[in-house]
Amino acid sequence: MDLVLQAVVNGLVSGALLAVPAIGFTAMFAVLRFPNFSVSGVATLGAFAGYMAYAAGLQIVGSLSVAFVVAGTVGLFLDRVAHLPLVKQGALPAAIASIASGLVLENVVRLGFGNDMRGFDRPIARDVRFGDIRINPQQTETMGVALAIMLLVFAALAFTRVGKAMRASADNPELAALKGIRPERVAMMASFVGMGLVGVGGMLLGLDSSIDPLTGARILLSIFAAAVLGGLGSAPGAVLGAFLIGVAEELSVLVVGSPYRSAVGFFAILIVLSLRPRGLLGERAF
Amino acid sequence: MANYLLFIATIGGIYGLLALGLNLIWGGTGMVNLGLAGFFAVGAYASALATTTAHLPIPVGWMLALIAGGGAGLVVVFSTTRLREDYLAIVTLGFAEVVRLAASNEIWLTRGTDGISGIPGPWKATLGPDFNAVYLPIVLAVLAVVFVLVRRIDRSPYGRALRAIREDAQVAQVAGKPVLRFKAQAFALSAAIAGLAGALYGHFTSYIAPDLFLPLITIYIFLSVAAGGIGNPTGSLVGAYLLMTLLESARFLVEFIPYVTAVQRAALKELLIALALILVLRLMPRGLLPERIPRAPSPQTGGKS
Repeated sequence: MDLVLQAVVNGLVSGALLAVPAIGFTAMFAVLRFPNFSVSGVATLGAFAGYMAYAAGLQIVGSLSVAFVVAGTVGLFLDRVAHLPLVKQGALPAAIASIASGLVLENVVRLGFGNDMRGFDRPIARDVRFGDIRINPQQTETMGVALAIMLLVFAALAFTRVGKAMRASADNPELAALKGIRPERVAMMASFVGMGLVGVGGMLLGLDSSIDPLTGARILLSIFAAAVLGGLGSAPGAVLGAFLIGVAEELSVLVVGSPYRSAVGFFAILIVLSLRPRGLLGERAF
Repeated sequence: MANYLLFIATIGGIYGLLALGLNLIWGGTGMVNLGLAGFFAVGAYASALATTTAHLPIPVGWMLALIAGGGAGLVVVFSTTRLREDYLAIVTLGFAEVVRLAASNEIWLTRGTDGISGIPGPWKATLGPDFNAVYLPIVLAVLAVVFVLVRRIDRSPYGRALRAIREDAQVAQVAGKPVLRFKAQAFALSAAIAGLAGALYGHFTSYIAPDLFLPLITIYIFLSVAAGGIGNPTGSLVGAYLLMTLLESARFLVEFIPYVTAVQRAALKELLIALALILVLRLMPRGLLPERIPRAPSPQTGGKS
């Protein structure tokens, strides 16, 4: 019983971290209308950018900002140069190109840093215990940061002009354009913010474990699963999906062992697609 | 040198087979399979296990590879055909990952990351060093059979229906074509071809392991089909051999770059392939040999199909 409870707690922590890139991915899908597979490479890039900043002496929040800006800028560049020109031919050519550009980023990182695992050197702290449940203060800190980022994103979507424009554009691009919202600008914002969040997510998950060039590739399926589970294109759905996937992954370790942890996302996608194809919260954006 | 060229030509033929399979669905119906490496692995393992653990003859192993690949294709496609193509892309990508996980962890069956060695090749013991010279014609013969098959599909009423689905599934549905069934059939056939390619690969190199079926192989095949011209089977074959040329020349080129480690060399090679795919998609989306749409049959002779 305690094992299960501990797994649920761990799952909620990793779900909170996963929610950040999942929101980014789903927001990009809502506006740009193609599944952007380069999130794997961008998450890795963000993790390494944050790692460099942290090693250079910045604090967690400062390093996360570096991860956001670097990942957002590179993601925006790739969308402009490689993916969006292909969307005219359909979502698939863009999706295929995005796999290739993710691979490019992964290998650029590998060229610079090699295949070694690297950890963020954070001060070691004693676990806090509630009965038999243990929580690491560092985990609570990263989880707190992740929750704060989510709040910020939702506040921006709800109250700022840019956020409203993005929601309008995702809901009905033609109508939004008619009302004077410039689709080009909204698309660029979606690329930058979405990829920035993916980069932040890469670093957050790296803080919790370690990073290497495959960091992003390893979380790709979980990000997709969270987004599909909640309904592709829905930001609250991505958060809900991320928590569910996080908990399910931790629980699966108790049942089938850790090797199959990363298969959970795949089976979750299959089950959702067969039972409730539009996801738990539907595909309506935000 | 001769043996090296034979080796390259054989691997090129196996990639050509994968490319024909991908072209059948990508060019034919507009679906993609981002898990090609997974179906390739399923076929390779099916045939390897049948001929080593179960001691069945090699042709039986190949048949099993076809069936296993096609069966896996049906399972994947039935969970997603109802839905849009972008979901299929995500699911197939996940499928390849799960296949690799299972191959690494179900040690009782697959021997885990050690892989399966000693996979028999046809007449390998008697042929000795001449094995490559005999295996290449076998691969080319299989390739020729599959090529004729997909060409026939391409030009048949069935192929026209598939292309109609690609252009506009709704219109095809309204015209009375069973869209879901046709898509599922095409996907399963394509997966079966990938499975067969996997079997040919295993019996050629005599060794398979989970790490040989990385997603990079899927990228190779997409590059082949895109470079050759999506929708043109001849182009897929040309593309596969162009890919082999690119891969091998890249291998020689990176040898000449000073001060780089082996890891960096491998990274450079992957980088090059990925960049090539982006460039091909962006700069020559129709490929070297663009698809030729056959003329519609005249109303007097055609009509029903």
